[in-house]
Amino acid sequence: MIKVEGLTKRYGDVTAIEDLSFQVEKGEIVGFLGPNGAGKTTTMRIITGFLPSTDGTVSVDGNDIFQKPMEVKKKIGYLPEHPPLYADMTVAGYLKFVSKIKGVARPARGEAIDRVVERCGLKEARKKIIGKLSKGYRQRVGLAQAMIHEPEVLILDEPTIGLDPKQIIEIRELVKSLAGDQTIILSTHILPEVTMICQRCLIIDQGRIVADDSLEALTAQGSLESVFLKLTTEDVQ
Amino acid sequence: MKAVTDIFHVAGKDLRALFVSPVAYVVLTGYVVLTGWFFFNLLMQFNRMISMYEMMRRPEVASMLNLNELVMIPLMYNMTIVLLLMVPLITMRLLAEEKKLKTDELLLTSPISVNSIVLGKYLAALVFLDVMLTLTLVYPAILFYYGQPAPELGPIVAGYIGLFLLGSAFMAVGIFASSLTENQIVAAVITFVTLLLFFVIGWPGETAGPTLGKVLQYLSLIDHFTDFSKGLLDGQHVVYFVTFILFALFLTKRSIESTRWR
Repeated sequence: MIKVEGLTKRYGDVTAIEDLSFQVEKGEIVGFLGPNGAGKTTTMRIITGFLPSTDGTVSVDGNDIFQKPMEVKKKIGYLPEHPPLYADMTVAGYLKFVSKIKGVARPARGEAIDRVVERCGLKEARKKIIGKLSKGYRQRVGLAQAMIHEPEVLILDEPTIGLDPKQIIEIRELVKSLAGDQTIILSTHILPEVTMICQRCLIIDQGRIVADDSLEALTAQGSLESVFLKLTTEDVQ
Repeated sequence: MKAVTDIFHVAGKDLRALFVSPVAYVVLTGYVVLTGWFFFNLLMQFNRMISMYEMMRRPEVASMLNLNELVMIPLMYNMTIVLLLMVPLITMRLLAEEKKLKTDELLLTSPISVNSIVLGKYLAALVFLDVMLTLTLVYPAILFYYGQPAPELGPIVAGYIGLFLLGSAFMAVGIFASSLTENQIVAAVITFVTLLLFFVIGWPGETAGPTLGKVLQYLSLIDHFTDFSKGLLDGQHVVYFVTFILFALFLTKRSIESTRWR
């Protein structure tokens, strides 16, 4: 479903990611792990077409992000690290706007909004102004926004960051419930989260992939924590 | 076709944002207050001149004074200056705020083109400009209602077409400035400085030598407005404004794309 080959991104002299290659199959939930600054967000931004890569290719369902950006963007739902919300809109108004620019046909819009409101637990918040919502609710609106056009691929950049434990559990359950229908890449640095949600795990450190395996294989010799520390601390000065 | 509806989606969102914030109402009120004050004073002066000539028993001079030349033309020039002050306040948030709130990440990862985003926002700005200009139609309306003889309609229509084109050019500069930064104040200052510079760039027209002088005068925004205010519709000026606007919008598009390439 998602094929990344030789992906490199440099900002001037700084190399954010170097020669990343991996594949994600349809219906998989992949955890994207790595210390802060390892290049997770950069990779996700390239896959979603927000940033161009310096080198390498990304294709989603056979479409290259560079050659057919519109095709790819239609297939992807993206929750950035900061949910992209307009504080002065109501939840329903915002979701309506997103459904329009994501290309949901007019007759299907109402239904699409109802569906994501239901799934993300936004019923009580529907008429509220986004600026007045709590952080947990904003995160849910961000997730609803990513799901509104029923994308085949969901890219979630730290979806549970800054939430309280109850909200974290809710978001996890939600992501888990999407398994099978949708292909999901989810970045996080909360290790247990990966164990709970994902089938496969990609560990990235200083812009390079240091592990890419199923969770069982990775944790065969010990806990995910010990594997993660072993793979990522070596170069940290 | 989809690109066109995308333009309307973006324009609708931005117009809504403009009118739910107090900015729109403050700017509109300020615009009407200032232009109203100018109108009031021009009209008072006009009345004083007429009564002066009549006191001097020179009714033939008094009858030569007309509302177009003595009230509408100066009023429209004053309106361009007030527009110059107000436009940066309307355009500054258009793109800068998207970057600040990181909502540009939503727009740019959605299946809509950068063209649609820029044109949608520009359309929202033009609708606002229309509202501003429409409110000022009350001044010529007063002249038509009470004026003896009433002013000529033609020059006023031409003047408003000129005001719209000039205001559209201002807005295009504003949206470009807004694309350069995520700080709204910076965007407003860049817009204001650029517009003022283009306003006065023709000043050395006489002294800068024949070729350079002509070029500078050609670039001057206000010089292209003059003919409109006198009631002349000249295609040359329309071409100037349209080129100016398209160039600014093209730079805006490039600026949005290039920030992602860095």
